[in-house]
Amino acid sequence: MKLLVCISKTPETTAKISFTEDNTAFSKEGVQFIMNPYDEWFALVRAIELKEKHGGTVTVINVGTPDNDIVIRKALAIGADDAVRVNADPASANFTAHQVAHYAQDKDFDIIFAGKETIDFNGSLVGPMVAELLDLPFFSYASHLEVEGDTKTITCDVEGGIEVLECSAPCVISATKGLAQQRIPNMRGIMMAKRKPLEVVEPVDVSETEKITHLAHPEGKSGVKMVDPENMEELVRLLHEEAKVI
Amino acid sequence: MSLLVFVETANKNYKKTAFEAVYFGSKLSEDCHVLTVGNHDNIPTLGQYGAKHIHVANADEAAQSDNQWLSKVIADKASELDAETVVLAHTAIGRAVAGRVAIRLKAATVTGVAGMPEGKNFQKQLFGGKAIATYTSLASTTVMTLMGNTVKPEASEAGAEITVFTPEALSPAVKVVSVNKVEGTVPLPEAELVVSAGRGMKGPENWSIIEELADALGATTACSRPVADTGWRPHHEHVGQTGIAIRPNLYIAIGISGAIQHLAGVNNSKVIVVINKDPEAPFFKAADYGVLGDLFDVVPRLTEAVRNFKS
Repeated sequence: MKLLVCISKTPETTAKISFTEDNTAFSKEGVQFIMNPYDEWFALVRAIELKEKHGGTVTVINVGTPDNDIVIRKALAIGADDAVRVNADPASANFTAHQVAHYAQDKDFDIIFAGKETIDFNGSLVGPMVAELLDLPFFSYASHLEVEGDTKTITCDVEGGIEVLECSAPCVISATKGLAQQRIPNMRGIMMAKRKPLEVVEPVDVSETEKITHLAHPEGKSGVKMVDPENMEELVRLLHEEAKVI
Repeated sequence: MSLLVFVETANKNYKKTAFEAVYFGSKLSEDCHVLTVGNHDNIPTLGQYGAKHIHVANADEAAQSDNQWLSKVIADKASELDAETVVLAHTAIGRAVAGRVAIRLKAATVTGVAGMPEGKNFQKQLFGGKAIATYTSLASTTVMTLMGNTVKPEASEAGAEITVFTPEALSPAVKVVSVNKVEGTVPLPEAELVVSAGRGMKGPENWSIIEELADALGATTACSRPVADTGWRPHHEHVGQTGIAIRPNLYIAIGISGAIQHLAGVNNSKVIVVINKDPEAPFFKAADYGVLGDLFDVVPRLTEAVRNFKS
């Protein structure tokens, strides 16, 4: 199988968020960056498992500047065979999707994986956009995937349950929890990753469709009001009269 | 300028998120068109929530699972109407088609919009609620998904003009094998009241007190990640970063410490109540109301108080 995994670099989950001076971008100062967890734990690991079972190759692709190479090397250490970095600071999901589609269009990948979303922009857009650009079926929030011959059986999370779908064509899949278990790279993987190919390609032009013009912190809670555990009538009264939610 | 809302059909009916999307669309544009798949008796209700024109794609509702086909139907209709905005609910289907439709229309995309847009400016939360971003559309069309509970739809007596059309045939690339959904309860993303519990419950056998409280309130039950991971509760109840993000009017967190990954999924709730015996639980900092005590005493007492209030 020929597999492609889209990986993104994001601030780590617990990072304190601050903005640049004009409030139009996240400040990178003092922020530790990681591979987006949905890309690493679920998409990448499931791709590697499929390769181990059926043979083939796993390529990772990232759109980013040279400082992303550390994240790409980690993906290679976990078990990807080779990597491509599109040398540009991605402005939007639309930009990233066009780069991935441009790279993948003549390479006959059986499955292209992405995470269900990145934990910073929460867009869930790169997967479906790549699918549309390549005219492929797309499976959203996949929590289970089995492959038999050409047939992929995919379990997708939907509101209040699951939907099981089958597809025999090449496709794009966005990964969520359940698809695989996180793998920690071992020493041998880390050493091997240094010798694996990392190709750097230049981006194609994409016209901008939207941009972030302002960022702000949400209004914080004004402070918790403690209620006597013996007096739950008081909590019900507050929820009804003050908060007006029941 | 015209606007197109796509609403999902579920068992020849519509969910709350569909009425919210229609109502939101009707507040944005006088010329609010709605697209729906499958012809059935509940279509006219969309008119009561603000649809002026309803376009019915004459196909089986199962076809909605093929987002490749659905995106083409939505994009074709949007082009035909020259729609300035395409509104989808922020659901599994909405998220799967938003990006596809935007590519087809060369449109701007903003997923998870959580307020009324101002002109070409759309607001959404980033980083699981740690920041609020204003996206400005630079394209002639914008495709957006609407977070649940953003608007409170009001029904009127208005009616809509209904047109049935035959869309292009379904591509055979995707086959639906099975669908397994919990019936009879309000799915979490649509719930206005949520009662959620965590490891403090000590075991799945104790969940009856949670269910009784939820039942008294008319709320939907949820759980934290460790609880879903150990199989105490089904995976689809898991809220938080790796589970689902929700924004109900009321979120009651019982025996959940409030790790940042959990908060990322629930901190947009309008009102948060935390019940925990640990005064150091970080969740208290994110709460509106806190109860410091043993949940096995407090929860039944709260259920009793809710029942008395309701009667």
